[in-house]
Amino acid sequence: MNMQRLDRNAIARRVARDIPEGAYVNLGIGLPTLVANYLPADRDIFLQSENGLLGMGPAPDEGNIDWDLINAGKQPVTLLTGGCYFHHGDSFTMMRGGHIDICVMGAFQVSVNGDLANWHTGAPDAIPAVGGAMDLAVGARQVFVMMDLQTKAGECKLVRACTYPLTGLACVSRIYSDVGVFSVGPDGARVIEMVEGHSLDDLRAITGLELEIGSER
Amino acid sequence: MIDKVVSTMEQAVAELHDGAAIMISGFGDAGSPHELIQAVIDHGATDLTIISNNAGSGETGIAALIKAGRIRKVICSFPRMAASHHFDAAYRAGKLELELVPQGNLAARIQAAGSGLGAVFTPTGYGTQLAEGKETRDIDGRMYVLEYPIHADFALVKARAGDRWGNLVYRKAARNFGPIMAMAAKSTIVQVSEVVPLGALDPEAVVTPGVFVKKLVLASSNAQPAAA
Repeated sequence: MNMQRLDRNAIARRVARDIPEGAYVNLGIGLPTLVANYLPADRDIFLQSENGLLGMGPAPDEGNIDWDLINAGKQPVTLLTGGCYFHHGDSFTMMRGGHIDICVMGAFQVSVNGDLANWHTGAPDAIPAVGGAMDLAVGARQVFVMMDLQTKAGECKLVRACTYPLTGLACVSRIYSDVGVFSVGPDGARVIEMVEGHSLDDLRAITGLELEIGSER
Repeated sequence: MIDKVVSTMEQAVAELHDGAAIMISGFGDAGSPHELIQAVIDHGATDLTIISNNAGSGETGIAALIKAGRIRKVICSFPRMAASHHFDAAYRAGKLELELVPQGNLAARIQAAGSGLGAVFTPTGYGTQLAEGKETRDIDGRMYVLEYPIHADFALVKARAGDRWGNLVYRKAARNFGPIMAMAAKSTIVQVSEVVPLGALDPEAVVTPGVFVKKLVLASSNAQPAAA
């Protein structure tokens, strides 16, 4: 199948479209940080970073890098006017306590009921690292996953049941991918939106799932 | 007159002992008390348990402690970093034990220790490998995992400024684990970039009240952490 696929920036742009004014948002390390580049300037959206920032701004100019002001991926960032700092207890109170409206994370696998696997490949020689992923999975009001629907080897990452070690159970509500947007949850996976040029049959073939078109929940 | 300020790094870490559990502030290099860590290396204490978010990168800080072979166990959330080669090598060689803890549970367990709680029920990690074998409970229809406090003999913390009573303020995102670790350890030792007179810190803006601090020492370098 040789169909049009969104690149990572286009997926990030699509995620950004669904983040409303006033939302408190945590963007996971890696791909999801790209979403920040596409948040419209006319919306007040509050980016939270687990290491103690609310109102996180874009990367600084080369001359204004301050290594005491970094994001969760340990890259230099800035603080918007009105932003603030706090310690880790407060930061994870925000994240675990239901105060973050949306978090966006990457994933190795997501199951049709919303289980998330994104912290460990399970390979015996891999050094495990979890960071704040499990806290966000249980604590954010909505968990969005941003990923290519297939691995480079062509395996589908939207699955009936995750085979990788789990990050959280039934926590993901939506998947933004290179071929379309899916909802997942107690009623299974549904197609919310297809990238132009794709048909429902294409997505059924990729996923091996009996997908139906669904409406936003 | 109470003056918690000591004049040398050596005095700051004089009570350290083999087998100590030590909390170390910092998220990556931001907020990591590199000079105090160097003082631990110079002190010679070994067989240490380190509680920190990361497990060091590059050649300084926790990475240098691992390289020096002083660490028996690391309790952290994210040991894998761009330049965590000293951790990676020691871990793969079976020279140190790793207890991997979700970052929010790490914070909650440190806070539980500091606030005198016997344990906490947390939803984080339920149903995952990191909760295997742990007690769980259904509370109002949601599942929680029982997690115990993490206590420490010492906390090594980096702050921006402090006074002789031990009141502290921090700098930007270098605050991270400092305030909660300061509350959790039996003895908290702080490296500051500036010692200020009593009254110079706005009482409304003090982040760590002096009751949580045992000793302060002026860092010889006010430099911010270098790029990783």
